[in-house]
Amino acid sequence: MAKTVAEINEKIKKGQAVVVTADEIIDIAKKKGISQTAKEVDVVTTGTFGPMCGSGAYFNVGHTKPRIKLGGGKVYLNDVLAYTGIAAVDIFLGATALPDDDPKNRIYPGEFRYGGGHVIEELVAGKDVRLMATAYGTDCYPRRKLETLINIKDMNEAVLFNVRNAYQNYNVAVNLSDRIIYTYMGVLKPKLGNANYSTSGQLSPLFNDPYYKTIGIGTKIFLGGGTGYVVWQGTQHNPNVLRGDNGVPKRGAGTLAVIGDLKQMKPKWLVGTSFLGYGCTLTVGIGVPIPVLSEEMLRYTLVTDAEIFAPVVDYSEAYPQRKPDILGEVSYAELKGGMIKVKGQKVPTASLSSYPGAVEIAGILKEWIKKGNFLLTEPVAPLPGVESGIVFKPLEERPIP
Amino acid sequence: MAAVSKRLVLHFPKRLTNEPIVYKLVKDFGLEFNIIKASVTPGEEGLLVMELIGEQRNYDKGVKYLTETGVKIQSLSQDVVWNESRCTHCGACITLCPTGAFSLEPTTRKVSFDHTKCVVCELCIKACPPRAMELYF
Repeated sequence: MAKTVAEINEKIKKGQAVVVTADEIIDIAKKKGISQTAKEVDVVTTGTFGPMCGSGAYFNVGHTKPRIKLGGGKVYLNDVLAYTGIAAVDIFLGATALPDDDPKNRIYPGEFRYGGGHVIEELVAGKDVRLMATAYGTDCYPRRKLETLINIKDMNEAVLFNVRNAYQNYNVAVNLSDRIIYTYMGVLKPKLGNANYSTSGQLSPLFNDPYYKTIGIGTKIFLGGGTGYVVWQGTQHNPNVLRGDNGVPKRGAGTLAVIGDLKQMKPKWLVGTSFLGYGCTLTVGIGVPIPVLSEEMLRYTLVTDAEIFAPVVDYSEAYPQRKPDILGEVSYAELKGGMIKVKGQKVPTASLSSYPGAVEIAGILKEWIKKGNFLLTEPVAPLPGVESGIVFKPLEERPIP
Repeated sequence: MAAVSKRLVLHFPKRLTNEPIVYKLVKDFGLEFNIIKASVTPGEEGLLVMELIGEQRNYDKGVKYLTETGVKIQSLSQDVVWNESRCTHCGACITLCPTGAFSLEPTTRKVSFDHTKCVVCELCIKACPPRAMELYF
């Protein structure tokens, strides 16, 4: 019964494609059986909406008269430093960038109320942003100073380019110490006071295609409320981790690098985010369609929260000291149930990734495809899989002579 | 007669922490109370955050009684407000709130905020990643 992406696209164009979310497919397959479901369903949509620090955007702001060479100079957008080490009026703004005068953790725990992620959210919302720049001046770019308001609609390009998003699984963070700690996994109360996790579980893109059989370079996706593409594996992409019999990684594994035109995205799905005592980032909405090309692909999409496991890691000692120790494994069914057991102790759980957001994204993508507004793409190259032999390397320091 | 319901912060000096003050509010003035937060240890300064409900006349008498006894009254003028349009419904607040003012709707997992359980400790304000909890004075 194998289908091709081209065949599915023909059905999408006719408005006849059968599209369901990764939540819905589970019950459908239970009722109808694998072979019938694989025949009937064409696409399964996934979603995730969580803080993703590997996010940023690049802009071409246009040339001033007389010209200024921002490249090699300094540029601030709403006081947040952007990277200028590229072409004359191209800049890159990272989600975790902070204003120079933010006290950061000098006043502990720092609030980190505004950073690169917030600037991106404001730009997407259509708000004017202050651009302040200094440059060194050249014969062809004589100006040395620029202060102006700028709006995304006036830029030549505004492109979201995230080097690491949609982590395939992640740690459950706890705190074994006797003091409160402030981490990128949220505020962790002492002595196992709480446990924070951050994936959408059975709705998460890479849990539904654990071996990257359909998601590859060129895959068209829902990105930040608009459309985008997978352009590469994300940084730290590590397919070679412990996996369950269902192929689903039990540790942080694959990641995606994604790109898309920021001008067609929505602030609802790109939200500037602050982690007390840690820093700023961007909460990003991503949805990936998975074509049901075979019964095998269907089986991958049937994975449930009870069959996906994450490691529990102490963020007071093991994580900062890069110790490999884990305190055990728990399923996403347990995590979503609100309570897990760690070292015999009951620990209440909370999520940093929004499940309602993930559900909404999977639903929006489903509607786009059903209405014929979103065609699937076939990857032009696969992401590195288990066979790639990728090893996730730490930085081993060497003295400089 | 109009009924009133007000949230108050009561500071007890040391000498009053052994007195049955709340009992008197009920018995002598017919007021209803709902304790939101209490930290009263005999021999130490005490703190009681409560909602006081009753007829205006009785409420005024009760407050007069408290003042005359030596209890310092502060109305709960700060208010924590949930800016739902900024909330991403991640749920990070759920385990941080000491009074359980946040809950998740079991099927949709959407966050809701029960204002009546809030004691304005402000823990959620800075811990909310999209900063959807706001403090008003």
